[in-house]
Amino acid sequence: MVEKPVQEEKRVFMTGNEVVAWAALAAKADIMYGYPITPQNEIMHYWTRMAPKYGKKFLQTEDELSAGFTTLGGVLAGKKAFTATAGPGNTLMQEPMSMAEMMRIPSVVIIQQRGGPSTATVIYSQQEVTMTTYGGNGEGFRIVYSTASHQDVFDYTIKAFNTAWKYRFPTFVLGDGYQAKMRESLTIYDPEDRGIELLEPEPFFGKQAVNGEKQPLHIRNTYNTEEELYEVLSRYMDEYMKVAPEIVEYHQFDCDDAEIVVVSHGVVSRAAKGAVQELRKEGYKVGYFRPITLRPFPAEQLRAVADKTKTLLFVESAFGQLAKLAQQAIFGSTVGVENLFKPGVGVTSEEIVARVKAMV
Amino acid sequence: MTTVPQMPKSWRLESKPHKFCPGCGHGLVLKALGEVIDELGIQDRVAFGCDIGCSLLAWDFFNVDTVQTHHGRTTPVMTGLKRANPDIVCIAYMGDGGGYAIGSQHLVNAAARNERITAILVNNCNYAMTGGQMAPTTLPGMKTETTPYGRDVEQTGYPTQGPEMVAAITREGAYVARGTIANLKQLKSYLKKALENQMAGNGFSFVEALSTCPTNWRTNAKDTWAFVEKEMPKYFKVGEIKNPAVKEGE
Repeated sequence: MVEKPVQEEKRVFMTGNEVVAWAALAAKADIMYGYPITPQNEIMHYWTRMAPKYGKKFLQTEDELSAGFTTLGGVLAGKKAFTATAGPGNTLMQEPMSMAEMMRIPSVVIIQQRGGPSTATVIYSQQEVTMTTYGGNGEGFRIVYSTASHQDVFDYTIKAFNTAWKYRFPTFVLGDGYQAKMRESLTIYDPEDRGIELLEPEPFFGKQAVNGEKQPLHIRNTYNTEEELYEVLSRYMDEYMKVAPEIVEYHQFDCDDAEIVVVSHGVVSRAAKGAVQELRKEGYKVGYFRPITLRPFPAEQLRAVADKTKTLLFVESAFGQLAKLAQQAIFGSTVGVENLFKPGVGVTSEEIVARVKAMV
Repeated sequence: MTTVPQMPKSWRLESKPHKFCPGCGHGLVLKALGEVIDELGIQDRVAFGCDIGCSLLAWDFFNVDTVQTHHGRTTPVMTGLKRANPDIVCIAYMGDGGGYAIGSQHLVNAAARNERITAILVNNCNYAMTGGQMAPTTLPGMKTETTPYGRDVEQTGYPTQGPEMVAAITREGAYVARGTIANLKQLKSYLKKALENQMAGNGFSFVEALSTCPTNWRTNAKDTWAFVEKEMPKYFKVGEIKNPAVKEGE
C-alpha cells in the first residue's frame, strides 16, 4: 500500500507550481501530460519527481496540442488526467479543450498566465481571461477558477478534479506567473481527512464486458446537420445554466454601504483587499468584490452589488478582460464604471488607494 | 431468398451500408481491419480513433469503443489513452492530410517515442472530404483543386514517403508497412501484424494503405483501379519495411 502523499495537515512554504503538483497528488490525479512553457514548468518538475513514488504517470508530449489531446485520451481511459500550460501554449490548448467541451470530457488544465499577445513576457499577466473562459470555437462550456493565493491554488486544484468529473465540463485553474513562481506559506492537507469526498473517475473506454456482452461507446464531435448540432448544444446550455448557480463562487466585503466597489480577480484581488481595508480605516466607503469563478460568472451577485453602489472600479493586469465579462453580466445596470487597467504588469494596493482617492 | 453480405463480426450492422462514396477504398481497409479484429478476438479490448476528413465517417463503423477526434489529433488521443490504460488496443485511423500534414508532428513524435499504438493511414493522394485539394501524397503532375495544372514539385515539393519516414525514425520494436487495397490479402496481413506488434508491447506500428478516391480523381471504375494498382505503387512502394518478428539475417 502506497502511502498518502499528504499524511497530515502541515504548514509549508513553497512555490505555486510545487503547490499544484502536491494538490494534484492529494486529489488522486493519475497522470499528467505536459509540454514545457514558462512559467508553469515546475509543475512538471515536481510531478515527475514525486508522481512515480505514488504509482502516477507522466508523458512529455511534442506540443500543447498533443498535451491537451493526450490528456483527453487519459480521461477517456477513466483516469484523472491533467495538463498545465501558459500563454501561447494556452492558445494551442484551446483546440483540445473545445473537443472536451463538445464531448463532455472532464479534463483539468492549470493555466499560469504570462504576458501577451504572442510570446510577450514569461512573467505575469491577467491577459488569458478571455481565452480561458471563452476560447476555442464554441460557447464556453467550461469552468474557470481564478486563484489569488497559494492556498487557493491548492484548494482549487483539488476542487477542479471534482468539478470536472461531477459536471463533465473541462475545468481550468487560472493562476499566473507570480503565483507560479513565488514562495508563500499555506496549509496542505489530505482532502479526505477533511471530509472532502474525492469523486471517482470512471472509464469511457476499456470497460469490461457484462455477462459476456460489451456495449461499446461511440463518441464524436461532428454532426451532420445544423439541427442535430443545435439540439446537442441546447441540451448542453440547459445543463450548464442549471448547474452554474451551484458552481459560482465569489468573495465580497464592505459592499453594503460602499460608494465605490473595487472589482478584481486573481492575485490582483489581494492588492484590492489591502487597499479596501486601508481606505476603510481612513473612512472611505469602499467595498470589495472578487469573482472566484470567472466562468460561470457570479452575475447575480455582482448585479446586486452594482444596484446598491455608485461606481464599480475594475482593476486588472489586462486591458479590461475581466471588466468585459463583468459588464456583460450586469447589463442594464446604471452603475458608474471606472477602470485601472495595467496589462501585463502587477497592481499594488497603493495604486488602488490613490485611484480611489482621486475618484472621490 | 435474400443474401446477406459477409461482414466482419466487429462491424456495426446498424451503420451499414456505410457512408463512404461508391468506389472509395476506406470500406475495404475497414473490412480488412474488421476481419483482423475478429481473428484476434480483441473486439472488447479495442479503442478505435478516427480523424477528421473522410475517416471520420467511420465514427460508428465498428462495434468497438470509438472516438472521432480533431484533424490530425487522433494519434495523441490514442497515445494518451494507451499511456493511461495499456490493456486497451489502440488504433489511430487517419488520412494522408491528417497524418502527414496537420498532424505530422504527432506521427513523428509518437513514432520516435515508440508509442505502443497502431496507426493506420489511408493514402488516396488528396484531401477528399474538403473537395479534392492537394495532399502531401499527391503525385507529381497530378491535378487537384489546388493544383489545377498538375502538382509542380518545384513549387510544392515531392510527395511524402510516410512509411519510409516512420521507419527512419523508429528503432527496435516498430512495425512499418505499406499495403494497398489492390492486394487485400496482403494488406490484411500487415494490419494483423501491426496489431499483434502492439499487443506484444513491441512498439509503434504503422501501416499506410494505398486507396482510391474516384469522386475527386474523377475516374471511372477502370481508371480508378488502374491508378491505385499501377500508378500509385510506382511512387509508393508496397511492402513491409520493418517487422520486429523478422530478425536480421533471416
